[in-house]
Amino acid sequence: MGPERAAGAPHAGRPPPLLDHRLLFVTGKGGTGKTTVAAALAQLAASRGKRVLACEVDAKGDLAALFEAAPTDFAGREVAPGVRAMTMDTEASLREYLKLQLRFPVATRLGPLARALDFVAAAAPGVREILTVGKLCYEVRERAYDLVVVDAAATGHVVSQLAAPQAINELVRVGLIRSQTDWMLEILSDHRCTGLVAVTTPEEMPVNETLELVARVRTETTVGLSAVVVNRVLPELFGHHEEAVFDELCARPEALSALLGGDAGPLVEGARLAVSMRRSRAEHLQRLREGLAAADVGSDRRDGAAASPAASSATSARATPPEPVQVLYLPYLFARAHGLRSTTQLARALGEELGL
Amino acid sequence: MTPRPARTSRPREGTLDGLVASKEIVIACGPGGVGKTTAAAATAAMAAFHHGGRVLVLTIDPARRLADALGLRDGADGPEAGLGNAERRIPDEVFRAAAGRSPRGELWAAMLDTKESWDQLVRRHAPDALARDRIFANPLYRNISGRFVQSHDYIAMERLYDLHAQGTYDLIVLDTAPSRSALDFLDAPARMADFFSSRLLRWLTASYRSRVVNLASRPFYQVADRILGTQFLGDIAEFFILFQSMYAGFVERAEAVTRLLSDRRTTFLVVSTLEATPVREAEYFAAELVARDLHLGAIVVNKVLPGYFRDREAAQLAEHLRDGAADLGTRLADALGTDAALTERVCAEIAESFLNFGVVARREAEQQAELATSPEVLATVPFFEDDIVDMEGLLRLGAMMWG
Repeated sequence: MGPERAAGAPHAGRPPPLLDHRLLFVTGKGGTGKTTVAAALAQLAASRGKRVLACEVDAKGDLAALFEAAPTDFAGREVAPGVRAMTMDTEASLREYLKLQLRFPVATRLGPLARALDFVAAAAPGVREILTVGKLCYEVRERAYDLVVVDAAATGHVVSQLAAPQAINELVRVGLIRSQTDWMLEILSDHRCTGLVAVTTPEEMPVNETLELVARVRTETTVGLSAVVVNRVLPELFGHHEEAVFDELCARPEALSALLGGDAGPLVEGARLAVSMRRSRAEHLQRLREGLAAADVGSDRRDGAAASPAASSATSARATPPEPVQVLYLPYLFARAHGLRSTTQLARALGEELGL
Repeated sequence: MTPRPARTSRPREGTLDGLVASKEIVIACGPGGVGKTTAAAATAAMAAFHHGGRVLVLTIDPARRLADALGLRDGADGPEAGLGNAERRIPDEVFRAAAGRSPRGELWAAMLDTKESWDQLVRRHAPDALARDRIFANPLYRNISGRFVQSHDYIAMERLYDLHAQGTYDLIVLDTAPSRSALDFLDAPARMADFFSSRLLRWLTASYRSRVVNLASRPFYQVADRILGTQFLGDIAEFFILFQSMYAGFVERAEAVTRLLSDRRTTFLVVSTLEATPVREAEYFAAELVARDLHLGAIVVNKVLPGYFRDREAAQLAEHLRDGAADLGTRLADALGTDAALTERVCAEIAESFLNFGVVARREAEQQAELATSPEVLATVPFFEDDIVDMEGLLRLGAMMWG
């Protein structure tokens, strides 16, 4: 049933290699390729013999499309060898939960139940989130999969998702939901088991949001940040000496036009654009690296102070101070379309970055 | 490139210029990460600069340097002081520095602070000071006003209505949050009204008041009690009893907001890039707006690669250069007086890069053709090499959007 690599197996405090986690939440600002990276992670893990569950939290159907498969539902389906994909549905999650935990006569109560859920979810933020996180933690606990990869909410929303068990603990003092939060927190807080992967691109807003996310994850949740993935990194066209040659060419593009027997202007202009795009992105990358380094220092200080109740429970749950975050770089794909081929290319690039 | 100087004030039709000139509310929406906030700011800046009148841009979460450009952050009053709900006027000096003349009108900017806006709403609708203070003190209220994603959508619409009703501005440009479901904000007012008038809520609050659980509500209580516990259920009920004192005001406002959205003075800009996922979301968005009988004014396609990447002749030259880089590189080195080996590599890289971007540019062109469906205006904005961080950049972007 379960794998040997158990969630609770002692691992000398250090977070394990990325793929040895049991539960990975992949988040990122809209447009950074969070879903693509989640799919690539799932495929990479499966190619290394793991049984993987890939879960899409927003029901858009993009995750399955990246495996060239039809949209999935809550029950899920195998979309690639070793990868089962499912789509989160909080109502179905509640139904499954009630069936498993309460032996509640679900069929007879669907109407009021659905309305009750709507009501409760609207009244108490955190309820919908905990049904999402609860299902994922449940799959980790059941051990039918070696790794659960979550195409999670975007950066703006993921913190409330990950902090939901604590939020519920603060708001609700008794009842079934309350009694369920403890084992979820245990899974989420175990950095050998659960990790967050933040996807960004080397652009201004994604980098800003990533740095904000890193700070919020550390102060407001118990989940560990396992990696920052920088997606769509443009290739470097020229080395230092080549750039001097290119500058000469930019000054006299007609020299190339004469040799080619046609207007070389677009070629030179295109290369100039590629160089300056790469350069402005390099500045944001630098800012990201500096920001992450500063966040590591800052979070050590905060851990010592343990300001809020959430932070103190985060600190006590965490065995060690945070490691410097691993930064992984994925190339910009000059591809015709997104699908299985680009997923495979990114999975390969990810494997290389992880030294596999 | 500087923006075009003063021009005829009569805007052309079939352009964003003409569209914006005829509207009072412009709502920029679309998938996340496509430059929506910047496009909204540029639209407002252009309208203030060229059309005149009092123009307000209400943004959600601008990049720090854009916020600086809009005067939404004021270092002098502390780091957070400038990030506020209050509307601030962009000094004419900012326009003069960027474009050499004062704007015809006034540009104002404000940032939406959900918590603060909720508090204002409660202050307005609460029947008395006691009810108001009890609502403010309620932990559920703090949760909803601070964290509830959908409440953000609602409050944005509510604020828009409020600003429009004040009649202070000739044009309001609203930037929307990238919702989990991109259209949440359209439904938010109706959902809020539904919620307050729901039978379930009445059951709950009524039976909580009388402490008598009647038969009709029993199944609900059985479920809710077992999941949430009686204490929490009681907290919820108390909160909604407090909120119900504002019920009439809320529902009325929600309905008014819905009317305003479908008013012909309101138009929607769908902003997208030509990446596959944003295009799919933008298409869905456009179709939904049309289905709801809302005015899809324009689709703004942002960050488009230059057209020369799709030029057939240039692509052939690039292939020629790639295949013959060794020979051509040596001859080019002679012509330029540069090192032969280095020049050969430069040639190969230039050719390879051009062909790579060509693949992307052709994919983009296809995506763009799919997007060009129903809007009155399709505006295309090229890829800018630099981030847009100041008024000059906004006006440069705006000039591209204007058509």
